[in-house]
Amino acid sequence: MALLTLSSPHAKGPQRTSNMMRWVIAMTLPGLLLQTLFFGWGNLHNVLWCVLVAIISEAIVLKIRKRPIGFYLNDYSAVVTAVLLGLALPPFVPWWVSLVATSFSIIFAKHLYGGMGYNPFNPAMVGYALVLVSFPVAMTTNWAMPLPLLEQPATLLETLSIIWGQTPIADGLTGATPLDTYKHEIAHSLSDTVLANPIFGSGFSLGWEWVNAAFLAGGIVLIALKVIPWQTPVGLLLGLAIPAAILGHDADQTAPIILHLTSGATMLGAFFIATDPVSSCTTTRGRFIYGFGIGLLTYIIRAHGSYPDAIAFAVLLMNFAAPLIDVYTQPRTYGYVDSKRGPKAKEKH
Amino acid sequence: MSASFKPTPSSKVISTRTIYDFHGGIHPEEMKTLSNQTAIVQPTIPPKLVLPLQQHIGKPSQLIVELGQRVLKGQKLADADGMISVALHAPTSGIIDSIVDHPIAHPSGESGACIVLIPDGKDEWCELEPCEHYEHLSVSKIQAKVREAGVAGMGGAGFPTEVKLHPPHHDKVATLILNAAECEPYITADDRLMRERAEEVVQGMEIMAYALQPGECLIGIEDNKPEAVAALREAAKETQIEICVVPTKYPSGGEKQIIKLLTDKEVPNGKIPADIGVMCQNVGTAAAIYRAVRFGEPLISRVTTLTGEGIQQPGNVEALIGTPIDWLISQYGFQEKKTERLIMGGPMMGFTLKHIETPIVKTTNCILAPTHKDLPPPPPAQACIRCGLCADVCPAVLLPQQLYWFSRAQEYDKAEHHNLFDCIECGACSYVCPSSIPLVQYYRHAKGEIKQQKQDQLKSDQARERFEARQFRLDREQAEKDAKRKARAENAAKAQAAKKAAEAVKPADSNTEVQNKIASEDTVDTNKAAVQAALERSKEKNQTNSVSKPEEVIDLDALKTTWDKTQAKLDKMHDALDDAKTNNSDQVEKLTRAVEKNQMRVNQAKQAWKKASASLKTVAETEAVQGSEAEKPDISVLATALEKAQSKLDKMQDALDNAQPEQVEKLTRAVEKNKVRVNQAQQAWEDASASQTTKVETSSETLTDATKQSDTVEQPDIEALESAVEKVQSKLEKMQDALENAQPEQVEKLTRAVEKNKIRVEAAENALKAANSISVTNQNGEQ
Repeated sequence: MALLTLSSPHAKGPQRTSNMMRWVIAMTLPGLLLQTLFFGWGNLHNVLWCVLVAIISEAIVLKIRKRPIGFYLNDYSAVVTAVLLGLALPPFVPWWVSLVATSFSIIFAKHLYGGMGYNPFNPAMVGYALVLVSFPVAMTTNWAMPLPLLEQPATLLETLSIIWGQTPIADGLTGATPLDTYKHEIAHSLSDTVLANPIFGSGFSLGWEWVNAAFLAGGIVLIALKVIPWQTPVGLLLGLAIPAAILGHDADQTAPIILHLTSGATMLGAFFIATDPVSSCTTTRGRFIYGFGIGLLTYIIRAHGSYPDAIAFAVLLMNFAAPLIDVYTQPRTYGYVDSKRGPKAKEKH
Repeated sequence: MSASFKPTPSSKVISTRTIYDFHGGIHPEEMKTLSNQTAIVQPTIPPKLVLPLQQHIGKPSQLIVELGQRVLKGQKLADADGMISVALHAPTSGIIDSIVDHPIAHPSGESGACIVLIPDGKDEWCELEPCEHYEHLSVSKIQAKVREAGVAGMGGAGFPTEVKLHPPHHDKVATLILNAAECEPYITADDRLMRERAEEVVQGMEIMAYALQPGECLIGIEDNKPEAVAALREAAKETQIEICVVPTKYPSGGEKQIIKLLTDKEVPNGKIPADIGVMCQNVGTAAAIYRAVRFGEPLISRVTTLTGEGIQQPGNVEALIGTPIDWLISQYGFQEKKTERLIMGGPMMGFTLKHIETPIVKTTNCILAPTHKDLPPPPPAQACIRCGLCADVCPAVLLPQQLYWFSRAQEYDKAEHHNLFDCIECGACSYVCPSSIPLVQYYRHAKGEIKQQKQDQLKSDQARERFEARQFRLDREQAEKDAKRKARAENAAKAQAAKKAAEAVKPADSNTEVQNKIASEDTVDTNKAAVQAALERSKEKNQTNSVSKPEEVIDLDALKTTWDKTQAKLDKMHDALDDAKTNNSDQVEKLTRAVEKNQMRVNQAKQAWKKASASLKTVAETEAVQGSEAEKPDISVLATALEKAQSKLDKMQDALDNAQPEQVEKLTRAVEKNKVRVNQAQQAWEDASASQTTKVETSSETLTDATKQSDTVEQPDIEALESAVEKVQSKLEKMQDALENAQPEQVEKLTRAVEKNKIRVEAAENALKAANSISVTNQNGEQ
């Protein structure tokens, strides 16, 4: 009898990469739903459009790389990138902006480094940063006004024709984000005056607070399922909250902490973007430092930089630092007194 | 707990002990109910038993039975070889059929030496040594009984148990732990053993405690075995043994992990549990120890789980050691078609069997026959997404992800730095990996590569050291040679200068010129020069002093000593030549050196003669010119004779330079002949010196007396000289013969040698003529 000879171990657990990716996508859906409710059809369209572009781009690149397309598309990593981009980009951003962002992130930021698992930078954030820097007008003037504040919100067809460049965007449909508003207004007003703006709703950020809450809920579920580790999101939120509490205690100078936590892409960044496993740290201590670094950088850029929302840049900057953080945060192995932290050359023999 | 139950003060059965935790761990499907529902069965005796000689860690057992021998059940078949080894016994009575290479239980599927025993069905026990009360035995007797019984670790490693019954020399045993965790899925052998034979297990632990005298005794058992826990508690209620129930988690049954769980101590890197005062044994081993000590029964069977969907009647069997697995599982409904692989051990750490006829050994705790339902084929590996789930579950707190990256990139030094060798290969990391990467296989490969690299490094270091040492030795020898040569050259130059100075003083003499010419043709040696210097000193002494007979005598004595030295040297060379006879040309070089030495000695003696003759001449000149003249030819003739000897040596040296083994013999003869010649020359010299002494003594007397004496002395001298010449000529003939028979490469050298010799012969003949003419004129003169 011919017996198959394999070496141990023979048993395999139930977790699969494509499963994890699908869970991530699934947990963004509540947030997406609320975004659609509060900001219109733009985000939904963008998500679908970006997914399409991502799949086609990946298929083309895999063909060029002579890899089995089905095997690689099935790990859903391109879909995750596309979904995150679709959620992060402004709702009325032109179709070619999201095309550029998505295809660049898939082709350059992912496959040119070797594909899934080999990219040192978060691909979605690379695409986002590219279009933010290259098309600043398109990226800053296409944020949607919260629907409760509009008398005539754009219909689906209207939204589509705006995005696809058929009709110019009507004035009232877009407006600055709460973070942007606060940043510019507080320079010459007091916080009371600024916060009187209807865009802030009841003192937080109208619409944005619900979206962030939905992303927070989705993230907690992912942590419970062990799809993402808890150290990175907690680190990020602390890294954002603590400086905001210390330096931003005076609401008359800078945005208050609550605005930071409920506005912009904070929760999306914390639970979905920063937790991209490939580009983040691997050690548990390292993850915390990494997340904390992102939060800190986000606060600094938001408060003192020229961009209203800084998650993308903060994440990219910490992606640079992640390997070094790993080297210095190795855990103590069983049976050793100290952990072997630091580069190998330092070790005394 | 019922009201009647009153725990006695000494009973710690219900442990309130803190159970600690270890990092990581996984919770795979246990699959224990497949095989733990039925009691242990005893299969019938198989038709054949295959007993490998190595079923343990350490040296293989030494065979002590012969082919065709009938053995009884429990009879020793192979003895333990040294301290780390285990004996082997016959599981049933039968005939030793053969001792062959047979596939053994090893992941590689290799074969090993095995005893094939054909049972005779009678199952007759041999004589046993039971002991009712082990506490009446000494500890060493118990250790001996366990060793005699061939008990090895039955948890899977197979370490000789008797070694673990010796308390570690540097420390006492603080904690004795019995590992009853059985954390791997599917395996239930220890579970059923504890349920049915808890007393044996506990008694076995008591015996171990008696031998080791530990501070505390603990049994670590997982909470998925409640019946076994209850049975153990019942069996241990009168003892000091604590039953510690740990949460079910894989791999809590690993030695390092169970120690951490029960004592919160970590076994330091590179050390064994004994170094922290902990001794760990399997429950099956404890039961075996009990049977060995109480009943004298050797280890001849063990409980093995047969499980998996590929076996229709799964359960536990008390299999005889050496039972072929194909026979065993066919007894319990093995379904070949549904089973792709057979695993010895569990699904996490067991290895696949290449040959289905592999026998059961002392460490076989499970045979798993999985179908696709149990163990689906591994899915293709995807890229690592760096999720870190592997690091979360690693019980050794490693970074499996980093180890994977380094192993793949073949950066083995970085992998080692990340403590690759602390990996216990439990498989928890690859179990959780969502990309289905075969992580443990990568680590095993990396470990193998690193070990191989270290071995290669060791070899190349050794080779390099040896090479350097050899280079150093050769350089040193070369330096010594160069120094010697340089010194010789310097001394020779000095000698030449001194000689020239001496020549300037002496009157020109044709013979002397010839001799000088011949002398210059010789190889210049340091000793010769040194002797030269000494002779100069003595010459000076002679010149400064007035004619004094004692001094002359001293001079001659010194020369005699020098002559002896030359003789000795010649002997040495003779010995060397003997060596050259049996060896190759390497020895020839040595021999050449010897020859050179001898030659220089000869030269020095010659020089001594010259000096002596010169000094004596000057002395004699003052007395009798004729006498001195008479003396002169004697000495010069003898000097020539001596020179012949030296020239022969020279030639022989040249010949030896290219001596082939066939030639060596010829040259040996040549050496002997030369020796004879030298002897004769020496004799002549002695005579001459004796006659000269007498001559000198009587030189003050009448010249006629001197002449007469010189006459009488001359004749034999001339005879001697003639014989010397004859010999030289015969030598020449011999060398010519040698030349004819010589190899083409040697021809040139031998030709030169021959020519040299011819010159010498001519010179000798001239000298002889001169001597003859002188003596004739002398006689004539006298007459």
